Amino acid sequence: MTYPVYLRYEVLRNFRNWRFLFLTLAFPLVLYLLIGSVNRHVKFEGIAFPVYFMTAMATLGTMAAVISGCAIIASERATGWTRQMRITPLPARTYFRAKVVVGYLRALLTLVLLALAGTALGVRLPVHGWLTVLGLFLVGLIPFAVLGILLGHLIGADVAALATGGIVTLFALLGGVYGFQVATSGPVFQIIKALPSYWLVQAGKAALGGHDWPAEGWIVIAAWTVVLVPLAVRVYRRDTSRV
Amino acid sequence: MATTDASGAGIVLSRLSKSYGNVHAVRSVDLAIAPGETVAILGPNGAGKTTTIEMVLGLTRPDSGTVTLFGKSPAQAVAAGAVGGMLQTGALVEYLTVRELITMVASVYPRPLPVEHAMRLAGVTEFAERHTNKLSGGQTQRVRFAIALVSNPDLFMLDEPTAAVDVEGRREFWTSIRAVAAEGKTVIFATHYLEEADDYADRIVLMARGRIVADGPATEIKAKVSGRIIRATIPVAGPADPAGPADTAALAALPGVTNAERHGEAVILTCANSDLTLRALLSRFPVARDIEVAGAGIEEAFMALTADDNNDELEEVR
Repeated sequence: MTYPVYLRYEVLRNFRNWRFLFLTLAFPLVLYLLIGSVNRHVKFEGIAFPVYFMTAMATLGTMAAVISGCAIIASERATGWTRQMRITPLPARTYFRAKVVVGYLRALLTLVLLALAGTALGVRLPVHGWLTVLGLFLVGLIPFAVLGILLGHLIGADVAALATGGIVTLFALLGGVYGFQVATSGPVFQIIKALPSYWLVQAGKAALGGHDWPAEGWIVIAAWTVVLVPLAVRVYRRDTSRV
Repeated sequence: MATTDASGAGIVLSRLSKSYGNVHAVRSVDLAIAPGETVAILGPNGAGKTTTIEMVLGLTRPDSGTVTLFGKSPAQAVAAGAVGGMLQTGALVEYLTVRELITMVASVYPRPLPVEHAMRLAGVTEFAERHTNKLSGGQTQRVRFAIALVSNPDLFMLDEPTAAVDVEGRREFWTSIRAVAAEGKTVIFATHYLEEADDYADRIVLMARGRIVADGPATEIKAKVSGRIIRATIPVAGPADPAGPADTAALAALPGVTNAERHGEAVILTCANSDLTLRALLSRFPVARDIEVAGAGIEEAFMALTADDNNDELEEVR
C-alpha cells in the first residue's frame, strides 16, 4: 500500500505552515540576492561569482530544508501526536517516506527559487548542467534528510532548531560552502572528503563542467545512508514514551 | 465472566509489571477481558491505569509479564488495525481542518468508518472545516474521539476520555460508546469517576498503587466502594451524655463505622453502612448536631479497600 491520502495531508499541513516554510526558503534566497547582486561582476576562483554563490546557497539552503524535519518531528512528539499515530497501523516505512518527501519538496522549492534568482543575476547554464546538479543534490541530501528524522526523535523541540542550525553550519563550513577549504590535503582533507556536504559542494561545481561525482562521492553518500537509516529506524521504534 | 481461553481470543494481561526507577507503577497485574466486554479501569491518580493502558497498546514495554490482544502481541494487533483509542495526552496536529485530520487517520486503517459517519457520532460535524488549532478543549476531545471512532478497531482503549468535556458532551460521548459496544467491540476505559464506571461499564477493574484490588460486575464494585461519610459536631463530653465521652474509640465502635476521626468538636466517620451508624449515633450521642451524610470520595473508598496494603504507602506511583 502506498498511503497516498496520508502522504497528501502530511505534505499539505507542512506547506500550510507558511512561516516555517517562508523562513526556510527566504534565508538562502535573500542572502543570495543581496550578496550575489553586489558582486555580480566579480570572479571567484575563475568562476563568475553569481554562479559560484548560487551553488553555495543551494547547498546551505537544501541541507537546512531537509534537516528541518527534525524541528517538526520534535514538536509533534512534544504534543503527543506521534504517540497517537503509533497506535495506528501506519508502517514505519510510510512514516519515514512522508517525512523525506516533505523535506525534499522544501529542498526542491529552494533550488527552483535559487535557480530563478541566479537566472535573474545573469547565470546561464546548459540544460544538462542544471539537470546534473539537480540529480546529484537529490542523492547527496539523503543523509541530511535521515539525520533530521533521527535527531527529531532524539532531542526536544526546544533545542531542535538550534541543533540542526549548528549541524548545518558545521557541515557547510567543513564541506567548503563558504568559499574556502579548511584543508586541501592531508588527513583533515580525507575527513572532509568523507562528509556528504563536501560532495554537495562538488555537485554545485559539477553544474559548470557537467561532470558527475567520482566513485568516491557515491560511496560517501551511500555509506552515510547505510549507517544513518538503521539508526533512525531504531530510534523511531524505541521512541514511544511520553515526552 | 471475563475469562478467555488460553488461545487468547480477548485481551489477556499476565503478570504484567512496570517500574520507573524505584516507583512500582504496575505490579504483577493479571487480567482477562473477553471480546465485546466494556470494562472500566477505575482508580485514583497514580493507580497505574495509564501505564497499564500503554503496555496494552505497546507504547510502554513491560519489565516483565505479557500482553496479548486477540491472540497477538500489541505490536501485531496495532499493525493489523485492531486497536484504536484516545491517549490521556495528545494535542492534535496543526494546519489541517478537523475533517482533513480525521480523513488522514482513517486512511491508515484497513477498515475505517466513513469519515462523515464518525464525525457525526463524535459530534464534530458542525466544526469540521475549522482548523485544529482553533478548537476549544471540549471540541479537541471530541475530535480525538472521532479519530478513535473512524479507526473502527476491535478494541477501543480510552484513557480518561471525558476529561475536559462538558456534561452534554459526556452524555453524547457515552451514547456513542454504547453504540460501538453494542456492535460487539471491546471497550476499555480508564476513569477516576465511580459514576462513569458504574453507568457505562459491564465490569469494573479497580486499581490502586499498581495493583488490581477488586474486579467484578459494576454493581458489585460500586457497593464495595460507595461508602459514606458522616460529618457532625459532637462535644467530647457533654454534661447529659448517657454513653460516656464521645472520644474517637467510642465513635469507632459505633455500628457500621470503618474509621473515626476527631478534630476538636468536628467528627468525621467513614461508614460502610451509614444508615446503621446514623441511628446509633443519634441514640447514643443526642448532642450531635450539624450532621451531614455524604458519599465518600473514591479516594477514601480506595483507602478502605487497600488498608491491608499500607507497607508501601509512601511510594509515589504515576
